[in-house]
Amino acid sequence: MERTTIRRRLTWQVGTVTDVRRETATARTLVVDVPDWPGHLAGQHLDVRLTAPDGYRASRSYSVASAWPGDTIELTVEQVPEGEVSPYLVDVLQVGDPLEIRGPVGGWFVWKPEQEGPVQLIGGGSGIVPLRAMLRAHAAAASTTPVRLLYSVRRPASVIYVQDLKELAASDDVDVRLVYTREAPAGEPRVGRIDADVIERLAFKPADEPTTYVCGPTPFVEAVADLLVAAGHDPARVRTERFGPTGGP
Amino acid sequence: MTTDASYLDGNAAAGALSQVFAMDVTAAITQCNGCGQTGVFAESHVYVNAPGLVARCSGCDGVLLRVVTTPSDVYLDLRGLTYLRLPNP
Amino acid sequence: MGIVSPGFSGRRRSGSELPPGQYLTRDFPVLSAGPTPHIRTEHWEFTVTTETGEATKWDWAALLALPADEITKDIHCVTRWSKLETNWKGVSLDTLLADVETSADYALVHSYGGYTTNVPMDDLLDGQAWIAYEYDGEPIDPEHGGPARLLVPHLYFWKSAKWVRGLVLSDNQDLGFWETAGYHEYGDPWKEQRYAGD
Repeated sequence: MERTTIRRRLTWQVGTVTDVRRETATARTLVVDVPDWPGHLAGQHLDVRLTAPDGYRASRSYSVASAWPGDTIELTVEQVPEGEVSPYLVDVLQVGDPLEIRGPVGGWFVWKPEQEGPVQLIGGGSGIVPLRAMLRAHAAAASTTPVRLLYSVRRPASVIYVQDLKELAASDDVDVRLVYTREAPAGEPRVGRIDADVIERLAFKPADEPTTYVCGPTPFVEAVADLLVAAGHDPARVRTERFGPTGGP
Repeated sequence: MTTDASYLDGNAAAGALSQVFAMDVTAAITQCNGCGQTGVFAESHVYVNAPGLVARCSGCDGVLLRVVTTPSDVYLDLRGLTYLRLPNP
Repeated sequence: MGIVSPGFSGRRRSGSELPPGQYLTRDFPVLSAGPTPHIRTEHWEFTVTTETGEATKWDWAALLALPADEITKDIHCVTRWSKLETNWKGVSLDTLLADVETSADYALVHSYGGYTTNVPMDDLLDGQAWIAYEYDGEPIDPEHGGPARLLVPHLYFWKSAKWVRGLVLSDNQDLGFWETAGYHEYGDPWKEQRYAGD
């Protein structure tokens, strides 16, 4: 059983946006300075709450994209068509603006440097965000744990963290593989979803006893988790996080 | 198992439950009061596009817990859980 | 207290034609608190059980054989969207309950999939509620409650139970799925009765 951390009940805190970075046509990274941020584990997420002048509120959950320790936290937000919160975070919010945050939360979909065994990361679309925090934590700890990343995107222009991933791919620490579902770059013949063959060729084998982290939209996560179990992976070592809109006040 | 993909998982309940619990619940072991299945709460099916948050057993779709956040209160219904097992710190 | 988010207005909220705190939507949001039941009409049944335990049942053919109304009503979801002039076809509960012997004050509405909601009998009669089986001239999609859903549009839309399978009538008010978890027992959108105590 995973050890959980004891902490106080969470309350809303006000952070300040200190930088923004455009990642793709529809995704943006926000760098937020949160005074007294208690720190977080790679893979945890937080809630963001917006308040209109008349008191109307909307909140959503986002994965933290950065590792801790650090001076700031980073969130990467993919704009949801017809969304209410994500268009604000992607297009309206500016450097210097306040942002209300509650977190960190989640103690299951996390990776800790002291954890044993190889790490297989499988992300679909903006499901890369918590995996990027794990990659950052891995680098920050100078961990020698073998890590493989399998990242499913629609097309080259949809890749979030292009620069990071290029650097990682060039290093010996992490094996980075991209799978294109709609349109591949020149020289990459395969276009299609992650299937049994991709898992067989690019992922750690069950005998390697990896811990596998799968994050993406619900249908993606269901499909990949089923492929992993069918390939002989222990379901208890496959951790999933499903991405989707969240509501509630 | 259900085939429609309108649910998320227990991780999506972490924020709402952090209003109530001092410990993280996503890594807790739960037993479903309906079918007896035990598992990690993070792997349950969570429905958020609703008036409240509903977590259901991944085995039988029975309700494990519900959270409704009103401007003044948080309602937590745990009737669907036989138990919630957390590490003794 | 928190802050005001600079430049954030949220979805457009009520004009005069909408209840307080609602915003107008043109699409039809799908809310779900569980997996969508897929009920074949040949297996569908609707049962009214009175306070004496007497049950009256209709199957799909019996429902369709009853006189139906074309209904155009505004609907208001407690999650704050409203949709104007939605078009339904269905059988009035006045018709269904005409030959049911009861003096009960309350109904607990039951759905396939286990959902429940409570509605006073006074709000189900006198042309205020229907068992609807068409939306915009088509069979109701399972996501929107088909094959048949309760339609009681003067209350928040969680009262208009999807996948309806029956009513249990009682002299006591037994609360339903959301009403036992903090939502208002009656739910009048014009009085903004969202939560218990509102």
